[in-house]
Amino acid sequence: MAHNSTLGELLRSQGVSRRAFLKFCTTTASVMALPATLVPVMADALEQVRRPSVIWLSFQECTGCTEALTRSHAPTLENLIFNFISLDYHHALQAASGRAAEAAREEAMRENAGKYLLLVDGSIPTVKAYSTIAGISNLDMLMDSAPNAAAIIAVGTCAAYGGLPMAAPNPTSAVSVSDLIKDKPIINIPGCPPIPLAMTGVLAHYLTLGTLPALDALGRPLAFYGDTIHDRCYRRPFYDRGLFAKTFDDEGARKGWCLYKLGCKGPVAYNACANVKWNQGVSFPIQSGHGCIGCCEPGFWDNGGIYESIARGQFGTGPQMGVAGMVGAGVGAGAALLARSKKERAAAAHRAAE
Amino acid sequence: MNLLEFARGPVIHWALIILVAGTIWRLLGVLILTRGADLSRPRDAFGNFKGYRTVFSRAWPSGEFTVATRYQTIMAYFFHFATLIVVIGITPHIEFITSLTGYSWPALPNAVGVAVGTIALVSLIALIGRRLSMPKIYCSNIGDYVTWVLVATPLITGLLAFAHLGARYETMLAIHILSVAALFVWFPFSKLMHSFWFIFSRAQSGLSYAHKGVRI
Repeated sequence: MAHNSTLGELLRSQGVSRRAFLKFCTTTASVMALPATLVPVMADALEQVRRPSVIWLSFQECTGCTEALTRSHAPTLENLIFNFISLDYHHALQAASGRAAEAAREEAMRENAGKYLLLVDGSIPTVKAYSTIAGISNLDMLMDSAPNAAAIIAVGTCAAYGGLPMAAPNPTSAVSVSDLIKDKPIINIPGCPPIPLAMTGVLAHYLTLGTLPALDALGRPLAFYGDTIHDRCYRRPFYDRGLFAKTFDDEGARKGWCLYKLGCKGPVAYNACANVKWNQGVSFPIQSGHGCIGCCEPGFWDNGGIYESIARGQFGTGPQMGVAGMVGAGVGAGAALLARSKKERAAAAHRAAE
Repeated sequence: MNLLEFARGPVIHWALIILVAGTIWRLLGVLILTRGADLSRPRDAFGNFKGYRTVFSRAWPSGEFTVATRYQTIMAYFFHFATLIVVIGITPHIEFITSLTGYSWPALPNAVGVAVGTIALVSLIALIGRRLSMPKIYCSNIGDYVTWVLVATPLITGLLAFAHLGARYETMLAIHILSVAALFVWFPFSKLMHSFWFIFSRAQSGLSYAHKGVRI
């Protein structure tokens, strides 16, 4: 926090050429579906931007989102940008600990009031005692930090929609960020974990244009969550032709056929895994032979088995249908016997009348 | 819980229960009724066999009616067979039945499923056209029209969902499942029960006519 250099100065000091920087701006603009005319604007803006204060609050999370963001095989520009933003508070990455860490957070919030970006990771238990940091419950920390933030980015499915902690039976009464904060702009970047490029793309968009990117109905940036995995999957021709792998080691699996019958949730999962992919574009789950689990969708943990296809319902109907059958048989037989007895009575009455 | 989870979960759960309970109720409710013995001398010694044979011999209109009924009989057969092939031949439907019963069988290629589904829909539209244009032959009531809509909607929404037309896929799929659930709930309490009853009503006619010595 001592140096107040611009991003341009920092990159130059790290030996990043102007050409490489412009290539990054072009790639990011194109991934965010921004027009090409914005590339010089983005380059200028990023060049000039001073270290924005970012506070990363880690609540009921597994640190997977941080791992995804910071794990790279080689230093990348994304990582440099990430190092550039003044990450004033982050449990896994900061040097300080204990009271010094909390003091850093409070100081950053005070100095940058109204301007800092709040990144929230992990769900928030509404029963406060389940998760605390330095004696402060997650709920209180969020409600204290949110009012003075410029915007809130909910990183990962846990922060965006509740994720794993909220899955049945939700023992900690966990909720998502948007369940608690209603008066701040919130971007959800779901995924378990989210694609790192989604994070840095949203940050770059915010730093350049000062606004949040276009979001869908679930608060996700359309640039990364506008299409389903199914729409971009390279195995789609096999789905269309009805060629499916039935087990993980059969002929279909070896030939790379569609994984629909092995539980792939690609048709209902909105994310960029199928085109942006993971590990700088090396692969993604389906390419590695495992169906999509739909980890960017709300409540995906409770949506049925990971290896059960979308067509299989979610019900324990077997015994209940048996009971239903017996109830129906009882009602039907009862109705028919009633009709018979009425008929016999009418016949007897007719005979008696004669 | 979003629409798809709702449709795949409690809605289809209760629709199946109502379908099973209602169908057995309506079936037994008719079968357990008495028919009144025909006390006259049977004119035909093999009456029972002739009765069961009627189930099959009535599958096509008899000679003198063939010309007048040929069009609608062919259309109806196209519709029924195409719908059956679609319901038991398409991969997601087989997956659903497997999750209920454990049985599975090879599926048709998707393109064939789409073609057969289209044939089913077109023949269904031809049939409603005929019903609407000939009110004196078809004295239709509201139930007939509701039945047509509830049978057509799963066909239409299924085709739309597979083609990824209309609403977003998960919404279209949810609507498809909801329309199927509506069909299941309507099924036992409407004329659609003919799918089970026709066997017994044909046999009944065959038995009583054969008793009288009439061959049909």
